[in-house]
Amino acid sequence: MTEKPLNNSPTTAVINLNQSPPRPAKNRTLKRFLKHRIAIVAVILLGLISLISLSAPIFARYEYDAIDLRAGGESPSSAHWLGTDRVGRDIWSRTLYGGRVSLAVGVGATVIATVIGTILGAISGFYRGWVDNVIMRITDTVMTFPSIVIMLTLAALLPRSLLNIVLIIGGLSWPSVARLVRAQFMSIRESEFVLAARCLGVRDRRIIINHILPNVFAPLVALITFSVGSAILTEAGLSFLGLGVPPPTPSWGNMLESARNLNILQTLPWMWIPPAVMTVLTVLCVNFIGDGIRDAIDPRLVI
Amino acid sequence: MLKYLLRRILVTIPVLITITIIIFGLTEIAPGDVADFFISPEMEMSAEQMDAVRARFGLDQPAPVRYINWLGNVVQGDFGFRFTDGRPVRDVIFRRFGATILLIGTALTIGIVIGIPLGVFTGLRQYSFWDFSLTGISFLGISTPAFVTGILALMVFSITLGWFPSGGMRPVDRDPTLGTTIHHLILPSLVLSLNYIASFMRYMRFSMLEVIRSDYITTAHSKGISRTRVTWRHTVPNAILPVITVVGLSIPNLVVGAVFTETIFSWPGMGTLYLDAVLGRDVPLLMGINLMIALFVLVANILTDVAYAVVDPRIRYD
Repeated sequence: MTEKPLNNSPTTAVINLNQSPPRPAKNRTLKRFLKHRIAIVAVILLGLISLISLSAPIFARYEYDAIDLRAGGESPSSAHWLGTDRVGRDIWSRTLYGGRVSLAVGVGATVIATVIGTILGAISGFYRGWVDNVIMRITDTVMTFPSIVIMLTLAALLPRSLLNIVLIIGGLSWPSVARLVRAQFMSIRESEFVLAARCLGVRDRRIIINHILPNVFAPLVALITFSVGSAILTEAGLSFLGLGVPPPTPSWGNMLESARNLNILQTLPWMWIPPAVMTVLTVLCVNFIGDGIRDAIDPRLVI
Repeated sequence: MLKYLLRRILVTIPVLITITIIIFGLTEIAPGDVADFFISPEMEMSAEQMDAVRARFGLDQPAPVRYINWLGNVVQGDFGFRFTDGRPVRDVIFRRFGATILLIGTALTIGIVIGIPLGVFTGLRQYSFWDFSLTGISFLGISTPAFVTGILALMVFSITLGWFPSGGMRPVDRDPTLGTTIHHLILPSLVLSLNYIASFMRYMRFSMLEVIRSDYITTAHSKGISRTRVTWRHTVPNAILPVITVVGLSIPNLVVGAVFTETIFSWPGMGTLYLDAVLGRDVPLLMGINLMIALFVLVANILTDVAYAVVDPRIRYD
């Protein structure tokens, strides 16, 4: 968000390649992360959530779209652990499958954002000049304009599908990555090992990919972690408004959409409490992990 | 100062132009033919008749020409007409604008008034019990989206406890008064402000910790100035500076939060209107609201920068 982290973050990245072997620095980072107790709890919890979501077919007791009209709107019981919705679909199964979708969207969108952001940031920071100017103006524009507004417009105009949601979220979340990568590139390109590589006649592309890029990843990890959290929230938000993942595929967001109906909100709380709890818990875990990573890499950094 | 303001506005113009291109471009990539909105689905239309419709509305022109035409109209205050009921987009937006400003303004005020003092409080007590618990709660506040807190608040405070109305802006059976408006406003604005209380608190706390470590605070202490005076005259005024930017940067997100909060509490603002436009694929309304949001955000950004320049004269002379 602020300019500050961009200026003081590269220190660790530069040090761990410039001086002595890189191993000890990495171990130190890991050790510092392990000291962050809440982050460790979050890793375990998130691991558990991901594990049961990914193996949903094993833990789910019904198909996520199995309709059973005779068992509609039932409260939690031994047959349906978290009850059923109005058409008798099992909420426990839907929550598990929904987790799969929500996590996939979170990770998928972040991968896209990271790739776009890294490429643009690298070009911008390495070549400077007018290329940098153009890319940064685009970045500023995307950053000023609340991206969910563009997402809503796109979600309204494009056909609804899981892939489109991932592309829309990923395609609009790259500016913060681009800015961080650019700042890193601008400082690292001035260091001696890049100069040395240049003197040896190494080509630009090789310098960017083999020499500078590996040093950028450490500070980027925390930011990437946070963007997984915000991508999950964005998907949930879009789906909550009825513009995200199309039914019958469950996602935590479109399960929450049912709570917009005052009747369901009041009489069938088991329909929306599980996805709400899972969304908040997952994002909380992701944010704690991000916080832990950030503290471990550079205690002074704030994103 | 005037020069700074002028320069700041000039820098914004290319961004605004880019945004109008994006807004226009978004509707271009949409599948389907806009001309379909102008004809009744029951009517048999020949290809020639369709072409006549297109020509009448200028839809046969190439995209850049249509963009210029659209921009020209927008500059003159003509946002076009809604697809759904043919009313002028400008009137529809302006009727809803006030309600959203009221909601956003209240939420932002609550966020500042509660969040910043909490940040000062925890910043002065790093690693204390209060610091840990409030920072922990703020993490929850940041990680919980407005639509989750919204439905929880709706469930608890209006349906179960019945303290607040479940939606809308005015009572059904009476004329709205100041009292009823506030009564309707409390729940949605609190829900919207939660994220901002949490984030302003975190930034203020961080900023306090930075300033406390600086040399001039040590100097102030060693001069024998009392603790309270150092806090309120030396630490807080300096620590609050970067937070001004954070407050300004949070305005775009506030607009987004308003879409969710308004939807949950059926608040008759731009958020619900926007969702109507999105669900009804009402392209002129969509473009109009997008443009209004862009303008609103850019003006907010300029005001933030100006506010920063007023409190920190170094910025002006860059």
